[in-house]
Amino acid sequence: MKQFDYVRPATVAEAVAAAAQPGAAYLAAGTNLLDLMKGGVSRPDRLVDVTHLDGLDRIERLADGGVRIGALVSNADLAHDADFAKSYPAVAEALLSGASAQLRNAATVGGNLLQRTRCAYFYDTASRCNKREAGSGCDARDGENRTHAVLGWSENCIATHPSDFCVPLVALDAIVEIEGRNGRREIALDELHRLPGDTPERESALEPGDLIVAVRLPPAARGFAAHARYLKVRDRTSYAFAVVSAAAALRIENGKIAEARLALGGVAAKPWRARAAEDVLRNVAPTVDAFQEAAWRALTDAKPSGDNAFKIELARRIVVRALTLAAAGTPARIPALPASPFASTSGAIHA
Amino acid sequence: MNHSISLTVNGARREFVLDDPRVTLLDLLRERLHLTGTKKGCDRGQCGACTILVDGKRINSCLALAISHDGADILTIEGVGRGDQLHPVQAAFIAHDGFQCGFCTPGQIMSAIGMMSEAQAGNDPERIRECMSGNLCRCGAYAGIVDAVLDAQAGMDESNQRRSA
Repeated sequence: MKQFDYVRPATVAEAVAAAAQPGAAYLAAGTNLLDLMKGGVSRPDRLVDVTHLDGLDRIERLADGGVRIGALVSNADLAHDADFAKSYPAVAEALLSGASAQLRNAATVGGNLLQRTRCAYFYDTASRCNKREAGSGCDARDGENRTHAVLGWSENCIATHPSDFCVPLVALDAIVEIEGRNGRREIALDELHRLPGDTPERESALEPGDLIVAVRLPPAARGFAAHARYLKVRDRTSYAFAVVSAAAALRIENGKIAEARLALGGVAAKPWRARAAEDVLRNVAPTVDAFQEAAWRALTDAKPSGDNAFKIELARRIVVRALTLAAAGTPARIPALPASPFASTSGAIHA
Repeated sequence: MNHSISLTVNGARREFVLDDPRVTLLDLLRERLHLTGTKKGCDRGQCGACTILVDGKRINSCLALAISHDGADILTIEGVGRGDQLHPVQAAFIAHDGFQCGFCTPGQIMSAIGMMSEAQAGNDPERIRECMSGNLCRCGAYAGIVDAVLDAQAGMDESNQRRSA
């Protein structure tokens, strides 16, 4: 690991000033960053440790019916907050399907959003990677790429964003609160992560010094609590990143879908909101035919980036199944194997 | 630049001067305190051999900078028993052959202790496997590990019942 200077700011303003310098990086739990630093993938000159800042570790119910999650709340504490899990069950299920219990205890909300891709060529410093070293090329393009992107990729980068948490969050219109050199601002989570295009090294809308201080769910997000699921296919049952995942949330009134939310994980460089699919589910009965139409719409623009054409069909099936599970109703308890299609409580038909 | 930190390790308060901020909790425990029960397996947060409790919660000590944990309360495998008296989870691992080579065992036991205090698995073997998935055992002693955790959990439930009765 390269040598670095360690800074522990006392306030958010101090943190922003310290992190705005070239070569600086924020340190929260470090569950991803330290791994990257040990591998020489990330080589910051200065770590700005935000873990001792006050006021960033709270879950606040807002007067308008929304919720504000401090950036330093751990993944485990959020998932196990009974009121949060009841109001946003797909978010809790996604959190519990990610990483291991040890990592969830440490990893933070802000860090989860900003974790880096797990593309093996990004991690292997002997490989060419446009994300790690702009303009060097992409060895994933002709490499082992069965898990890579099928949506939104470019010839320069076919990496995926690995977060589970972000998938239901983006479906529920989450908002990211950012403290920067010019004060506080907020953006939709959907606008935080960038697609690669010609600049895969620029992964987010954040500017130097920008610190995510909170994630907010608007009042409407609570309206999907009765019909919300996260479903995740992975290469092993637990402690694995998604090959494909989907968050499905429905608001059902009088036997019809009043509003649908759908997002996919593991398919693109960002959590992928499927708005075209949501549109076809408005004011229709929650039937398998409708869900299949939605799945088709969600993947209309998908194309393989390598040996991963199977992910397109897999994603369609996961969408149908996630919607079917959501329509059946949020289970009273999160399944023993969170988000697993093999969970004994699934009760879903095979699409 | 030197940094001073203090930690409580297995009940004893310790002061450290770090001349390098790169030191992880794992390396601090092993190299500075010679508490070598906590194992360095992958050193990248994938195997769980380095699991310890920090402020009562299980984490991977290989991915935690010591300097960032100033003031933390740490429990390692060396601190779970009382003298010669084994912790119930340790005794259950012996009773159920929850190991072969033993390298992952301290991490497995710390993870099991952490899991039991999280109260997320109860006596459901499927939940135990899920909640222990961050601890790899390359000997494949998983069946014994699950049995040991089930047994320890049953013992804890029983003693809790006795206490509340």
